[in-house]
Amino acid sequence: MSPLLAPSPLLVIDDLRVTFPTDAGPVEAVRGLSLTMGRERLGIVGESGSGKSMTGRAVMGLVPVPGRVTARRLVFDGIDLTAPGSVARLRGRRMTMVMQDPRYALNPVMTIGSQILEACHIAGLSGRAARERALAMLTAAGLGEPERVFAAYPHQVSGGMGQRAMIAMMLAPGPDLLIADEPTSALDATVQRQVMAVLDGLVRERGMGLILISHDLDLVAEFCDRVLILYAGRVVEECRPGELARARHPYTRGLLAARPRLDRTQALLPVLRRDPAWLHEESPP
Amino acid sequence: MIAVEALRVTFGGVTAVDDVSFTVARGEAFGLVGESGSGKSTVLRVLSGLLRSWSGRVTIDGEVQRPVRPRSFARVAQMVFQDPYGSLHPRHTVDATLAEPALVQGLDRIDQRVAQALADVGLDGAVRFRYPHQLSGGQRQRVAIARALILEPSLLLLDEPTSALDVSVQAEVLNLLAGLRQSRGLTMVLVSHNLAVVAHMCERLAVMRDGAIVEHLSAADLRAGRAAHPCTRALLGVGTGDGAHRRHGLREHT
Repeated sequence: MSPLLAPSPLLVIDDLRVTFPTDAGPVEAVRGLSLTMGRERLGIVGESGSGKSMTGRAVMGLVPVPGRVTARRLVFDGIDLTAPGSVARLRGRRMTMVMQDPRYALNPVMTIGSQILEACHIAGLSGRAARERALAMLTAAGLGEPERVFAAYPHQVSGGMGQRAMIAMMLAPGPDLLIADEPTSALDATVQRQVMAVLDGLVRERGMGLILISHDLDLVAEFCDRVLILYAGRVVEECRPGELARARHPYTRGLLAARPRLDRTQALLPVLRRDPAWLHEESPP
Repeated sequence: MIAVEALRVTFGGVTAVDDVSFTVARGEAFGLVGESGSGKSTVLRVLSGLLRSWSGRVTIDGEVQRPVRPRSFARVAQMVFQDPYGSLHPRHTVDATLAEPALVQGLDRIDQRVAQALADVGLDGAVRFRYPHQLSGGQRQRVAIARALILEPSLLLLDEPTSALDVSVQAEVLNLLAGLRQSRGLTMVLVSHNLAVVAHMCERLAVMRDGAIVEHLSAADLRAGRAAHPCTRALLGVGTGDGAHRRHGLREHT
């Protein structure tokens, strides 16, 4: 049974549209995207420009101006996110987001510890309790010397440590939903899996919902319960990770085929041919 | 084409490359793989002449190379960088970017050369007078490759040429590079952390760790799982999605 029918879903998105005005008229980055998720790990995969990041930002109320967000329904745990002020009350408390690059997403002139304390304060913790939570989260994020990272500035730690610190910060308020937008793309390939494993472990332990946004099909297939494939602002296909091999949409199949593979030699890689008809077809139910 | 013997690079007190030796035959594609910080890009920068303080012996195209290269070296070897957003001048048109190396080298028929270089990398003539920000990532990387080819070098040094690109665009750029290599008999050195990309493009590769080469192997060895060093095995599990393939049976697709 699909989580679509589960009682009181964590997040319902119905017909989400994100539009940017340009000199040449409005451009739709997200064109009628719908999804329903519970406390599961949902992967959103797509290439640059597919609207995957804008979807995450729309949920968090972080679409940059002059972008416009409309949706028939945008509901988080029964709360209408389109109502004025509702996102601001949830963001940083019940919904948090891990950004792509810790070098830009962390404040360079504040210590990591004080930034995590800020997150704890927003969540209502203060004083010793906040500090203890911050250190506990750093430890949980797999940082061996939490005290040292707590006192360090972002430039004093490696990219992998910075991203673990950001994960610690985003999990400190004990959110119900974590949106991770390319959480490991700025990291070294060998560190990627370690950071994902930490994130995955924490999400499972806490029974949270996770939206993992990535261009990396393999990564998403490894860490998610369900995968949505986005093309030009719409969901073109939904797969279970184990069933990607049986993906039906030519776009998904094209993406899978375009990867160089170690198990066979090919003179040329199959190149994805984009069919203009994909832009107009209906999303799968 | 290339012979590197006992190459050593230190930055301050840190040894970035330690006693690295390898050879690359003319027309061959050679891969250098490793995690970031393993020294693979530093080796490439020594080959290209970008890095001027090193010790050891580097021979390229039959000539022993000194740290500072003559101007004519640009016609022997050219480099393509990882990030096409950073490696093209943001306020130069594609035309200016491509014409500059030819002007510096005092070549004739610059107009035809630029047009030809664009055609060679599969770009439409319409992009010629655009700026980098008006191009997609894949188009930009094609411009960077066109710039490298305009002086008709025999050696192409590629530093993670597709890691900033989407997988479908990566396939196009890799196909382009493979085609150019065949039609021009180019020698290539490809640096990447992605073993599948390296195995696809190269006949032989070396695995680096902490500045040293820990293993030399052929692409066939790699495909057959004959990697001996734990570092190679660790790399096999990432970037290529190999771990995920096994777990989810992705390999059976198509």
